[in-house]
Amino acid sequence: MYSRTYKSLVSIPPLFWVGAFLLLPYALMFAHSLWTVREGVIVHQWNWENYKTLFTNPLYAEVLFRTMRIAASVTLCSLLLGYPLAYYLAFHAGARKELLYQLVIVPLWVSYLVRGYAWKTILGSDGVLNAFLQYLHLTHEPVGFFLYSPFAVVLMLTHIYTPFVFLPIYAALEHIPRPLLEASQDLGAGSLQTFWRVILPLSMPGLLAGATFAFVLSLGDFLAPLLVGGPSGTMIANVVQSLFGAAFDWPLGAAISMGILVITISLLFLGEFLEKRWAFK
Amino acid sequence: MSASPANPPEQNTAEGATLLEVRNVSKRFGATEVLKNISLNIACGEFLTLLGESGSGKTTLLRLIAGFEQATSGEIWMGGERLDVLPPYKRPVNTVFQNYALFPHLSARDNIAYGLRVKRTPVSEISGRVEEALSMVKMQGFAASRPSQLSGGQQQRIALARALVNRPQLLLLDEPLSALDANLRKQMQSELKALQREIGITFLFVTHDQEEAMALSDRIALLRDGALEQVAAPRETYARPATAYAAQFIGQTNLLHGEIRGSIATCGALRWPCEEADGSVVFSLRPEAIRLSADGKRQTNEVRFRAAVRQQLYGGSTELLEVDCGKGQTLRVRVPACGRLTGEHDFVFSISDAVRVQE
Repeated sequence: MYSRTYKSLVSIPPLFWVGAFLLLPYALMFAHSLWTVREGVIVHQWNWENYKTLFTNPLYAEVLFRTMRIAASVTLCSLLLGYPLAYYLAFHAGARKELLYQLVIVPLWVSYLVRGYAWKTILGSDGVLNAFLQYLHLTHEPVGFFLYSPFAVVLMLTHIYTPFVFLPIYAALEHIPRPLLEASQDLGAGSLQTFWRVILPLSMPGLLAGATFAFVLSLGDFLAPLLVGGPSGTMIANVVQSLFGAAFDWPLGAAISMGILVITISLLFLGEFLEKRWAFK
Repeated sequence: MSASPANPPEQNTAEGATLLEVRNVSKRFGATEVLKNISLNIACGEFLTLLGESGSGKTTLLRLIAGFEQATSGEIWMGGERLDVLPPYKRPVNTVFQNYALFPHLSARDNIAYGLRVKRTPVSEISGRVEEALSMVKMQGFAASRPSQLSGGQQQRIALARALVNRPQLLLLDEPLSALDANLRKQMQSELKALQREIGITFLFVTHDQEEAMALSDRIALLRDGALEQVAAPRETYARPATAYAAQFIGQTNLLHGEIRGSIATCGALRWPCEEADGSVVFSLRPEAIRLSADGKRQTNEVRFRAAVRQQLYGGSTELLEVDCGKGQTLRVRVPACGRLTGEHDFVFSISDAVRVQE
């Protein structure tokens, strides 16, 4: 057993960290969200004006709605890519497993920005994709919506977050005892039934963890819309950024941030609740 | 050791027609030959045990029948239908797995209903059959429990019910009792035996425990290094072991190495008349076949020898003696509990109890 003094001593650094870099900023943010800006100066007067704006101005609702839609699309796409990939690696890759696993991980070492710019050169008007389509005579002029659109944002974020979705699903699939699959076959279930009745339910915690990752990270992303989103691909984080920057409306920016925070935390709790519900020993 | 069984399985040792036929099955994993040209018949309603040490190929043979492995050569037939070409989910057999392999996300009831559901059994029929299976293994009170809430013995019962509910023609049991502690194991053995008699399903049981095999089986197929050593009823295997290995593996024995010359068998200090061709021989003599001769007399057809007691192990109702018959020959003798023994004594055994075995 450790002494009381020792326990309090070792808990100081983490407590300090959480306090100084998490709780204090959140408190400041919350305080800001209750203030207002008048003639370019922040007025320290408590009020709910910013939250009213948030709920009444359709612009914000629209961007928030679009953000959720993009995050949901990214989640769905990365699940559709990540799950089959994880399934293949866990059950059918054989000797290629190690290599393929590394290949999935390697992109994580490449800077997010580099990957963003790569998509710009691929999707742009004179980018690789358009040049290729014209070379094949499938199109005769550059297709505009590839770049600077919600489509581009979804594409880039899916590319970035698929490994994050893949990893927990792969871990969950690897942990399924193989005799269970034999038992299922033994009881008369073919591959499809075994998947629906055994593999999918047992990989649910990993699937939920991956989905939560992709959704929450996409929700707060502002670089992808900045690089490839254009005006129609603007997301809520870009609005916050401009409110804190050019628009100099910190209180409204803080209020929106609080909104995002509430959504994110609720989602994390929901994710954890569902994961626990699906967890088996 | 030849690849074919020393005692070919006799068709008339068990009642009923042949259910499963294993024909010349071999299996290799890379360079290792795990099963060598196995041929084995299982009769309807029989309790057949595959007995062998780990690595003898007994589990591989079971997995070939279940369909989890493919034979390198040979065929498996069941009721006039070729079994080894079917995928596992189309075979009319069910397996009780070594560590039960119960689905952790399903309740006991849903585990048992699994096989019926995947085969699209009418819903109205499922609940009745599940209840019946639960009561068969005396687990009615645990229908709603998850496997993690059940003890090893209870999980074992659910695994059994999950297999039996499908009414398989053949039930494969892969060391199902090996994870249980000794007492529970004994209890499950007798329940398993009673259950098998009651429902009349053919059991193919895999174990490395010779006592378990003897207690449960109608016949024992003894495997050694991927080949069948002997296939016979437990009593026959014990009384008439075909090989030295079989004699040693099933029960305890004394192996007497010696030779026959001019109708006299000589093994160390022991000699007796034996009407067989000259040559070197091995006899198996069970410790309990030797007894103390109080008056030093012997009947005809008995061998008497004098030996010094070197060690005495008390075992409750019996004593296990290690006796020295001279010429460096030691024998193990099991006698009824008789108090401390020291010095030299006279022992006798009947000539017919010295069973000639293959090396």
